[in-house]
Amino acid sequence: MATTQVRLTATPATALYTRPPRSLWNQAWYQFRRHRLAMAGLGVLVLLVLATLLGPFIWPQKIDTIDFTVAINGPSADHPFGTDDLGRDIFARALWGGRVSIAVGITAVIIAITLGTAIGSLAGYFNSLDNPLMRLTDLFLSLPILPLLLVIIYLFRDSLRAAFGPELGIFIMIVTVIGVLQWMPVARLVRAQFLSLKQKEFVEAARAVGDSDGRIITRHILPNVLSPVLVAATIGVGGAILTESTLSFLGLGFPPDVPTWGRILFDAENFIEIAPHWVIFPGFLIFITVLSINYVGDGLRDALDPRKT
Amino acid sequence: MGRYVIRRLLIAIPTLIVISFVIYAILALAPIDPLSQFGADPRVPPEAREHIRHALGLDQPWYIRYVLWMKGMFTGDFGTSFMSHAPVIELISQRLPNTLAVVGVAYIVGVALGIPVGLISAVRRYSLFDHFSTAGAYVFFSLPTFFTGLLLIIIFGIKLRWFPFIYNSNLQVHDLDTLVRQLKQSIMPIAVLGLFDTAVIARYVRAEMLEHLPLDYVRTARGKGLMERFVVLRHVLRNSLIPVVTLVALGVPAVFGGAIVTEQVFRVPGIGELLVTSIGNGDIPVVSTVVFIFAVLVVLFNLMADVLYAVLDPRIRYT
Repeated sequence: MATTQVRLTATPATALYTRPPRSLWNQAWYQFRRHRLAMAGLGVLVLLVLATLLGPFIWPQKIDTIDFTVAINGPSADHPFGTDDLGRDIFARALWGGRVSIAVGITAVIIAITLGTAIGSLAGYFNSLDNPLMRLTDLFLSLPILPLLLVIIYLFRDSLRAAFGPELGIFIMIVTVIGVLQWMPVARLVRAQFLSLKQKEFVEAARAVGDSDGRIITRHILPNVLSPVLVAATIGVGGAILTESTLSFLGLGFPPDVPTWGRILFDAENFIEIAPHWVIFPGFLIFITVLSINYVGDGLRDALDPRKT
Repeated sequence: MGRYVIRRLLIAIPTLIVISFVIYAILALAPIDPLSQFGADPRVPPEAREHIRHALGLDQPWYIRYVLWMKGMFTGDFGTSFMSHAPVIELISQRLPNTLAVVGVAYIVGVALGIPVGLISAVRRYSLFDHFSTAGAYVFFSLPTFFTGLLLIIIFGIKLRWFPFIYNSNLQVHDLDTLVRQLKQSIMPIAVLGLFDTAVIARYVRAEMLEHLPLDYVRTARGKGLMERFVVLRHVLRNSLIPVVTLVALGVPAVFGGAIVTEQVFRVPGIGELLVTSIGNGDIPVVSTVVFIFAVLVVLFNLMADVLYAVLDPRIRYT
């Protein structure tokens, strides 16, 4: 016990003399690097993103080359993840699908964060809006999300497909629907932060020099809310990837020619007895992505939480 | 206490009305004709189609239809399935018990495992057990339910052949043998949801316990010479469970989402499976009713969480 106490106080003291002063973000990065699992998660994520971005250019197999002579083969040198019932290379399909899955995750979260931050700031800053907006949030929180997603996608799929084309139409639809049904936790978080921050002296000072409400919200309070929102956004990306793959797995996501990870599993389900590799590899990719994102979120929370530094 | 419960019940009703309106609006705004199933059949002449439209009340303005739909929802008259031509209420009442059994037992498993695991890892922080359980919670939290289900099927259904991986809905329990078979086929679907619930609950319990353990009231309890077991169980755990209940209640929609996936993976004939097949068939009356039932279930579970909250925290009851 005594030794850990000494070490804890000793490190910052030496750091004070040997290192140049750190900015807030440097400090966060310094904290983040000490979270080993978060660093490992970040490494895996960088690797996955690079693989899905560059992989389809480097990997020689195409996602739609049909070859019945190698249908439903286990992993081999030519096909590291094996092949599906049409002899298509699952590795190539997983790389391509990862691109879509990750893009869906990030875009959906951008929508959710934007909506959540807007609603949360308005509710937290303007007393008159607080009650109606929070009732709205509570209402959305008690919606049966997945059934509603399924129904909305089923009902509006065809018209969006007609308007934007099969792939872009579904992308826009899935991203919007996931984003619109995921903003509530962010709104609650932002509102709570606003409620306490708007009482602070620096806000009073800003008001005293004549800043408008809009300027106080965007320039003074919002930057202070950034770190918890960043943590929520990180974890939200994992949630959105899970939601997309669930929808695709239930057959209501992307069309068969867009092999997102969930879609590959949907196709694989009927062959589970003879081709377990078809299930295991894409499923593992979803799992490892979401796990890494959760660990990165955890590390970010530790690094950005002022109570711990 | 009774008054508190009644007040919560009264708040739940407007919530349900608004949700029903949201569901109805989505269905009404959809560019899909509810009669598209009939429309696809060229043998149906236009006059007959108009007749069906009139018989179903589809030629009325939307607010009349909404009021009629609402009346149906609250009186149990959910209409007739386009596909099976059976009353929707019959389909639902056959399948709802299966869903509730899976979700309910999984919740019980989650609470029974999650609270002790979270408690021990908080009390023995940084121990081997803590490291393992925290890592395990992360793993099961990040595993998509459909992948856990498929993995269990591969391992226990196909490789080891311990459990059947297609749920046999015709199985009637009347003796020991069928009871064993029923238990065997229920284990995997319940395990999928139960493990997810356990991970979520253990994580929350651990985090809340760690917040409470260094507080003054804990020191007071120890200072008056209370046994450590009572300090942890009667003081820290009870206080830590209050926020856990709220967090778990917020996760209820996710659990029902997981139930839909699990039913689909194992072919359990619950309302989630009914929803997915009905969407595939374009069976609008069944779809709208099942979504509404899911909304009712979510509100109901939230209500239960609120009541539990009042049991745990006496301050809530009197405000």
